[in-house]
Amino acid sequence: MSEPGLPSSLAANPVLGNWLEFAEDGVVTIRSGKVEYGQGVWTALAQVAAEELDVCFERVRVSPVSTGSSPDEGVTSGSRSIEDSGGALRQACAQARTVLLAAAAAKLGTDAAALTVRDGALESGDGPTGHTYWSLYEPGMLDHPAGAPVAVKPADRWSVAGRSAPRIDLPDKVTGRPRFIHDIALPGMLHGRVVRPPGPAATLDALIEAEMPAGVVATVRDGSFLGVIAESERVAVTAARRLARAARWTERDSLPDEDDVAGFLLSAPSQDQPVAERSDADAAGQVTQSLTAQYTRPFLAHASMAPSCAIGRWDGANISVWTHSQGVFVLGRAIAAGLGLDPAQVTVTHAEGAGAYGHNASDDVALDAVLLARAVPGRPVRVLWSREDELSWGPLGSAMVDRLSAGLGEDGRIRSWQQDVWSGGFIGRPGGGGEPRLLALTHVEGGKPMSPAPDGVPSNAMGSTRNAVPGYDIPDLQVTRHRLLDMPLRTSSLRSLGAFLNVFAIESFMDELAAAAGADPVEFRLTHLTDPRARAVIEEVADMAGWAARPAAEGVGYGVGFARYKGVSGYCAAVAEVEAETSIRLRRLWLAVDVGRVINPDGVINQVEGGAVQSASWALRERVRFDRRKITSTTWETYPILRFTEVPDVAVRIVRAPEAAETGAGEVAQGPVAGAIGNAVADAVGVRVRDLPMTTEQITRAIEQS
Amino acid sequence: MTQEVRLSVNGVHRSISCDPDAPLLDVLRHELGLAGPRFGCGIGLCGACFVLMDGQPKSSCDMPVWAADGKDLTTVEGLGDPGAGTLHEVQQAFLDEQAAQCGYCTSGMIISAVALLLANPSPGEEEIRKALDGNLCRCGAHGRIVNAVLRAARATASRITADTAGTPR
Repeated sequence: MSEPGLPSSLAANPVLGNWLEFAEDGVVTIRSGKVEYGQGVWTALAQVAAEELDVCFERVRVSPVSTGSSPDEGVTSGSRSIEDSGGALRQACAQARTVLLAAAAAKLGTDAAALTVRDGALESGDGPTGHTYWSLYEPGMLDHPAGAPVAVKPADRWSVAGRSAPRIDLPDKVTGRPRFIHDIALPGMLHGRVVRPPGPAATLDALIEAEMPAGVVATVRDGSFLGVIAESERVAVTAARRLARAARWTERDSLPDEDDVAGFLLSAPSQDQPVAERSDADAAGQVTQSLTAQYTRPFLAHASMAPSCAIGRWDGANISVWTHSQGVFVLGRAIAAGLGLDPAQVTVTHAEGAGAYGHNASDDVALDAVLLARAVPGRPVRVLWSREDELSWGPLGSAMVDRLSAGLGEDGRIRSWQQDVWSGGFIGRPGGGGEPRLLALTHVEGGKPMSPAPDGVPSNAMGSTRNAVPGYDIPDLQVTRHRLLDMPLRTSSLRSLGAFLNVFAIESFMDELAAAAGADPVEFRLTHLTDPRARAVIEEVADMAGWAARPAAEGVGYGVGFARYKGVSGYCAAVAEVEAETSIRLRRLWLAVDVGRVINPDGVINQVEGGAVQSASWALRERVRFDRRKITSTTWETYPILRFTEVPDVAVRIVRAPEAAETGAGEVAQGPVAGAIGNAVADAVGVRVRDLPMTTEQITRAIEQS
Repeated sequence: MTQEVRLSVNGVHRSISCDPDAPLLDVLRHELGLAGPRFGCGIGLCGACFVLMDGQPKSSCDMPVWAADGKDLTTVEGLGDPGAGTLHEVQQAFLDEQAAQCGYCTSGMIISAVALLLANPSPGEEEIRKALDGNLCRCGAHGRIVNAVLRAARATASRITADTAGTPR
């Protein structure tokens, strides 16, 4: 039993010594269950620890996350790291400090309350005591469960947290020092490649004799799982090509018409569940004008800059895995479940990968490495996916349809709102729905197809219906989820889950309603918002963008978008400026965010800028392409993302809320930016584009249909 | 298959025995232990593997190593004065602007920026965007990267001015 009132991550992993230690002189080593993938979380956690312990930021080292030594904090996702891990680490540090101060007090024969700490050195009213954390620390001193919560330092006394700190990982990255999983070279390491089927429903019939190049150590065939292990990466790549030519597959049509994904989503069998309902017959009866509209998004790819990579090794019955997975603990359990092993036999250690934006292929490649390594006991096998496999075999963000209808009263205020969401599931990580959910398990002999991804409890916080409940003051409201029961493309979590389309739809529709009511879009939103923090970000962004005095120029448009992420997390409002000529050029984005108390302001701004650019790329460019058998957008030419010459100028301001709890910042921008761009396009072109991405082709279609 | 290839990498001349058709990136990473050039796509479309070849940014993932024979190559590891622990102005500017998120594209970005500044010491924002258009970034750090290149250009200009004026560096 853990003490009541502890942060949840600390309650789940109560031993203080799992969170921090002082074993190395002058260094505080902290451990977290949250992994770094470019979002800067380790820097922020180091700030939290430095602040609570009163040591210099530079003294804090973050230990790589490993199932062998780190606290199990599940998956690094959902913009919860600062809330979960930051809160736990702060309390663990406060308690460790108490332990060390008590030890010093005992030695000095004084009261611990009389001691203060300056950069790890303990001082009393008479000056330095000669004791430091490191001189006092003894191994095992913190190997006990956290006690009742102790007071942590109030934010108004912070000097390290709350101020921008430089990212601790960047010096390595600008000088090319090995840092990524791709750079790890273990002694005796071999290189593996997997030859994937030509499409999701294809199966391996036969393998004709193929001459393998010198340096091939083994080929592995297990059902439709096919791979090769070689002494060098170059030989592995060559051998995999030859193996691919030697493979005979049976291909099957299994995918819907890529030009009518909405039709597929609306007609496929689905499970219908209420997400939110508040009935107000009086309000519904006051409706004098009704609008209906349908919005869609395509399947989206993670399209990380690095193909997924992992290293696996079998030592007798034990497996070691090096991975850039966002959830090393769940991955370890999924590998064990998939191979019928005890989870204790699988040790999973994290190393940084390129940016991750949800559940990408990192977990799948880890099992690939384990399956290949089984053929060469004792030797580590490194597997790297190809760019083509990364774009076609990694889980996708689901295509979605949102159908909205709303009624305005005579005064131009919204009385009623109905929203229906059709989508595949967004919660398909390993272990989801009780299945390991690792790609190769569907290919090995006797393997079963993966069931469609779960989508969580239907709610405003979860899955496809994240942010499907408008945050505006609307008396009569029904939101319904239609979760597809069969999904021929594999879907899972992608940054902000359903919020990207739901907020795009809600914010587009708000502008359509504002136009029907003859109201200014910013004013219309404020009319329907009483939450002062929501109003503050909208007013701030309107001020930043000069909304009230925005120029009315031919072919130039402005739009606003707003959401509070998950309905309970960070607030974000965005304004977009677009120029419409032969195509849409997104010139500028302004964003105002309120993410509560902030640990690293520049880290927040960086995350919001990045989220805004990625959202713009989704909204304007991205669409997974496929034929009836396979994904066809497998290169940067067929799956284009926004480039330097296309990326807008982005300005971000933090609206301070020092009294409010920290929230994440990495996903707040996705929906509001898409909404702002959609509204700016409508303003510039004079036609509403409701199907993403807003390419020239889609805009032309919208004009033709208007 | 194996042949001797003469490579000049980061100022060091080497003779390497390898398959001359192997991608240059493979040789840099595995034979020379350089982690800076990174694999991103294998067909020269993303810029993660960029190296300077005779001052020009070139993708190394789809270039056979024989094509680099006798050329002067620089990777991100060879910028600045690594022996003295001094960063190149572009590297320093990337730190000063915190111009990255995941950093996987960073070495290729820095290579393109260094090549740009060699050809055009005081580029404008549009020229920078054009010069970096072959480098993809998925995290959305573009604005910071452009600012870093502008900052590096200013730093280079002030160093050159100081040099010309005879001020010790």
